Amino acid sequence: MQSHILSIILFTPLIGALFLLFVPKENKDAIRWIANIFALGGFLISLPLVPMFWAQRFEPGFKFLEGTANNWIPSIGAGYNLGIDGISFLLIMLTTLLGWISILSSWTAIETRVKEYYVWFLVLQTGMLGVFMALDFFLFFVFWEAMLVPMYLLIGIWGGPRKLYAAIKFFLYTLLGSVLMLLGILYLYFHHHAVTGVFTFSIPELYKTAPLIPFNIAIWLFVAFFIGFAIKVPMFPFHTWLPDAHVEAPTAGSVILAGVLLKMGTYGFVRFSLPFFPGVVSHPRVQSWVIGLSLVGIIYGALVSLMQKDMKKLVAYSSVSHLGFCTLGIFALNSAGLTGSVLQQINHGISTGALFLIVGILYERRHTREIAEYGGISTVMPVYATITMIMFLSSMGLPLLNGFVGEFTILQGAFTANWRWAAWAAPGVVLAAAYLLWLYQRVFFGTVTNPKNEKLHDLTPREILTFAPLIIMALWIGLYPKPFFQILEQPVNQIVQTIHDNSNPNAPVNAQIQPTSFIPSPSTAAPGVGALKASN
Amino acid sequence: MFLNHIYLLPLFPAFGAAIMFFFGRRLQKATVSAVCVGVIVLAFLFACFTVVEYTHFAHGTGRPFEKIVYTWLGSGDGHLNFTRRDGTLAAVNADAGFLLDPLSSIWLLFVTGVGMLIHIYSTGYMAHEGGYYRFFGYMNLFMFSMLTLILANNYILLFVGWEGVGLCSYLLIGFYFHRNSASTAANKAFIINRIGDAGFILGALTLVWYLGSFRFIDINALARSGQFAIGDPVLTAAALLLFVGACGKSAQVPLYVWLPDAMEGPTPVSALIHAATMVTAGVYMVARSNAVFVLAPTAMKTVAIVGAITAVFAASIGLVQNDIKRVLAYSTVSQLGYMFLALGVGAFAAGVFHVFTHAFFKALLFLGSGSVIHAMSGEQDMRHMGDLRRRIPTTHWTMLIATLAIAGIFPFAGFFSKDEILWQTWASEGGAYRILWFVGYGTALMTAFYMFRLMYLTFYSPSRMSHEVEHHVHESPKSMTVPLVILALCSIGAGWLSWPHSLGGSARFEKFLEPVFAREAVVLVEEGKSGQLAAGEKEAEHTDKTEYALMFLSLAAAAVGWGMARRSYNHAGKDYAEPIAVKAPPLYTVLYNKWFVDEGYDYIFTGRRKIGDIRLGAMGAGEAASWFDAKVIDGVVNDVGWVTRAVATLSTWWDKWIIDGVGVNGPAILARMISYPARLFEWGLVQWYALVMIAGLLGFGMYYVWK
Repeated sequence: MQSHILSIILFTPLIGALFLLFVPKENKDAIRWIANIFALGGFLISLPLVPMFWAQRFEPGFKFLEGTANNWIPSIGAGYNLGIDGISFLLIMLTTLLGWISILSSWTAIETRVKEYYVWFLVLQTGMLGVFMALDFFLFFVFWEAMLVPMYLLIGIWGGPRKLYAAIKFFLYTLLGSVLMLLGILYLYFHHHAVTGVFTFSIPELYKTAPLIPFNIAIWLFVAFFIGFAIKVPMFPFHTWLPDAHVEAPTAGSVILAGVLLKMGTYGFVRFSLPFFPGVVSHPRVQSWVIGLSLVGIIYGALVSLMQKDMKKLVAYSSVSHLGFCTLGIFALNSAGLTGSVLQQINHGISTGALFLIVGILYERRHTREIAEYGGISTVMPVYATITMIMFLSSMGLPLLNGFVGEFTILQGAFTANWRWAAWAAPGVVLAAAYLLWLYQRVFFGTVTNPKNEKLHDLTPREILTFAPLIIMALWIGLYPKPFFQILEQPVNQIVQTIHDNSNPNAPVNAQIQPTSFIPSPSTAAPGVGALKASN
Repeated sequence: MFLNHIYLLPLFPAFGAAIMFFFGRRLQKATVSAVCVGVIVLAFLFACFTVVEYTHFAHGTGRPFEKIVYTWLGSGDGHLNFTRRDGTLAAVNADAGFLLDPLSSIWLLFVTGVGMLIHIYSTGYMAHEGGYYRFFGYMNLFMFSMLTLILANNYILLFVGWEGVGLCSYLLIGFYFHRNSASTAANKAFIINRIGDAGFILGALTLVWYLGSFRFIDINALARSGQFAIGDPVLTAAALLLFVGACGKSAQVPLYVWLPDAMEGPTPVSALIHAATMVTAGVYMVARSNAVFVLAPTAMKTVAIVGAITAVFAASIGLVQNDIKRVLAYSTVSQLGYMFLALGVGAFAAGVFHVFTHAFFKALLFLGSGSVIHAMSGEQDMRHMGDLRRRIPTTHWTMLIATLAIAGIFPFAGFFSKDEILWQTWASEGGAYRILWFVGYGTALMTAFYMFRLMYLTFYSPSRMSHEVEHHVHESPKSMTVPLVILALCSIGAGWLSWPHSLGGSARFEKFLEPVFAREAVVLVEEGKSGQLAAGEKEAEHTDKTEYALMFLSLAAAAVGWGMARRSYNHAGKDYAEPIAVKAPPLYTVLYNKWFVDEGYDYIFTGRRKIGDIRLGAMGAGEAASWFDAKVIDGVVNDVGWVTRAVATLSTWWDKWIIDGVGVNGPAILARMISYPARLFEWGLVQWYALVMIAGLLGFGMYYVWK
């Protein structure tokens, strides 16, 4: 008997969108209520997944499988095929939570074209969930592209003054990446046929054959996928669409963009790049290049953040820095690094999502994000100031809040892979404190000098409600992250094992510690027997 | 029963902080005091009982008590692994676990004890301030973090407390957040501490990578097992990195600059956090890692040298400062330098002992200065004080005791601890250590001078107060003076706990600590002397005679400093002159401006000041990176967009004029041109067709007829 819980979670927002189509658009409040009910419903419906998943967290492979391979379009081998493991489980929970929160936060922020806004938001929600659930590359790509359109419209219609520039930049940049990825997918598809005689897009099936691709071809496939994901993450130097998109996007759009959309890139690395091309990613030169870009991203993003005059742009660049930590953890290629990275992706969703909400609240009241316009806000909005402080601390990785757990685990992974990497990442932690605290000082401390700020009202109960779940999650992960570690244990070890088995068979387990001692020629990098054994 | 519930200790103040966080705004001041002081009193009592129970548990062996509550970081079953340096796997694991041994017992007692007194004092000092609940909430949060730091059983949980105290320090320095100087000082403190923290984390990661565990017990056991040679490069690196962390938290050169600025916070904060407890966390951490440091003579030497430099450097600045709290701040930095000097020469117990005595007399000095400031209606500049001894007698007497203690006058507490440090430095092997001794000795003289300068300017010299202020001078309320008196008693008696052998005592304090710093295993002696030095074996030269001589010299230094201060300041009138300013004006400028270190840092590291048009440091790098981002990276992206559009425009033109124009429309135009004459024949007028037809017919007819 198949459980349909994934499909139910996946399509609840879409049903909400369809439902909204039948509501007259003059009825703004009714639309808001309905959208919020479906968003909250989407979150509540995903909650039963937690105990269900928890019960089988240590079991290998994908869980809650739905559909069989090739059942959708048998002639080309595409299937409606869903399934999750610990990594996608956490990201799905993050998506449903942030989806609800951002829809709740839009209540007063969106006044024009209310109906279209909520419809697109709910469609977006389904697209994102689909990406994390799909076990079929065809289905995956459909969701991956489907997600782009609503986001494009959200920025392009409800955005700020330069919304068209930002929206088009976002769309084209991401599309460029996905086209390259599509080429990669097609190669894997035909390669699978060449090896087994079967045409299929099924990801678990491709896991078995992709590592067999010889190194000199695999490296190009890796690059194709890499550019697609690196743009999405975004890694330095593919990041410049991000600040524009963030600055122009409406608050809720930024929350989802930072909280979930960016995770598609890192998710892609973890789900595809690593297990498909284990020989390539563990090649020391490839690894050090990717890590190098991550490290540059960490420090560079932080430095650029430091000098921003626009709050939202500051937060956007801080994402570049934080996501640098995530990719650093992934390409450390050990269990500590990977676990920390996935955890940090969740943390970033929580903290940075909250940071965008925080900026949005001031923007809604004053319609400016210029830091210089503010000062002394903590006198007029004390509750807001307190919540901001907590989220800033979480973002800069203060222990007992979520950020520390992820960052530390990543650093440990990076350190065991190569201590220099951890040493280079460490200044990022210092700079994070610098740009956030300086921002806090300029906005919240001092006396109110701008008369426009004198009468700002503090948070409404609805606004506090949007922060409450994020603060609770931040504290939970900070104080008791063990369940998260346990959920990630199985899938992460699986990936690490795959990489280990498929990299140079003569290399010791810790081959990546001394990169210079290990430079395989393409022939040795091509996997031997180990490949099939590991991918089961 | 107390020992088994040791995890409750940090939870008492955490509870107080939580109450303040959620309900503080609505509570009366009296309720706030009751809750926040109450939880600290409970914590203190609990701590006393716990330590008593621990001494029964340990029976003089000093074996540590460990209580693990739950697995904090890591999956708990050890399946989540990382690779150690030797290639074996170890679990990623840090527990919420608590450790009590003689070292943490001592910290536990004085932190809760002094903390309690300062909390009580604060109820008086802060009585008329806004944000009362906020203040006490932060103070309780600080106590929570500090107790976590002390009681942690591994480096990562220690780091929780370590960052936690840093956060509370930030919040409390910036307590008067509407003052720009306060929030800037708060940021400075936090960010400089973060630099240290980065070192700390890297050090801890090095240790776990090398030794496979974060737990102090495991690491110390391994380090003492004899498997590692003295001078092991990885352990040396780890020790040095940890020491970077200590430099940040304990304000050592070159990271000390935040501490003097931290005086922007309310005075009880300076007493609790920036004198007695938090800033000694670095000393605690190094003492806690003593087994590792002992294996790294380079690191030990670094600690000693940095400590000595800090001691003399800060003292030199303290000589000429006019703000009463700033003098004390530099004095704290200087005394912390002494503590590190002690640690660096392997005299861990002496260093810890100095932490212990310093906690009392320095807290007392700060609280006393707070009482002075309170009496002076907020005035902190000693140039506007004088002749306060009869107006605020309790403050005067208690501060005098503290000054005698810090100056190292027998038999006050500071005499014993400082003398022990100097003696141990002197007794260390190698001539270079004599230099360190000399530095320490000179610092002792300077300490006596600036402390008595403070006393004379504040309490003895003729009054330089304005009339307005003079009128309001009053002794502080009981809630403030009682803690002063208690601390004064401790400043006298605390030193007696370690009455040295040479004076017929039994050094009980050091004996209590001995197991923590003991070296059961044979340490591999590869570097001969430095190995012995590191192991703290200084038997060779230990003769009572030298020790007496040194004691006498110390006392003489204190007396000389006192005498010089008395001569210069006892009669300081309204326009008195600083003796240094008179004799060496350039030196005075340099000292008064704190050796221009802050300015240098602003030019080089932060980039807040420009050198000409060039901005260096973090802000300079930030500006450069922003420029690069906007012009180069985004420039390339936009250029690609521009090129695409240009190509598109070009192809549109090509399409319109060449493909469509020449290729498609061209033939059409040609056809039209060719067809134009043809059109003459067929232009749609039926009559014309008829005419042509008729003409044709006529033509044909004529042809045939003609023929």
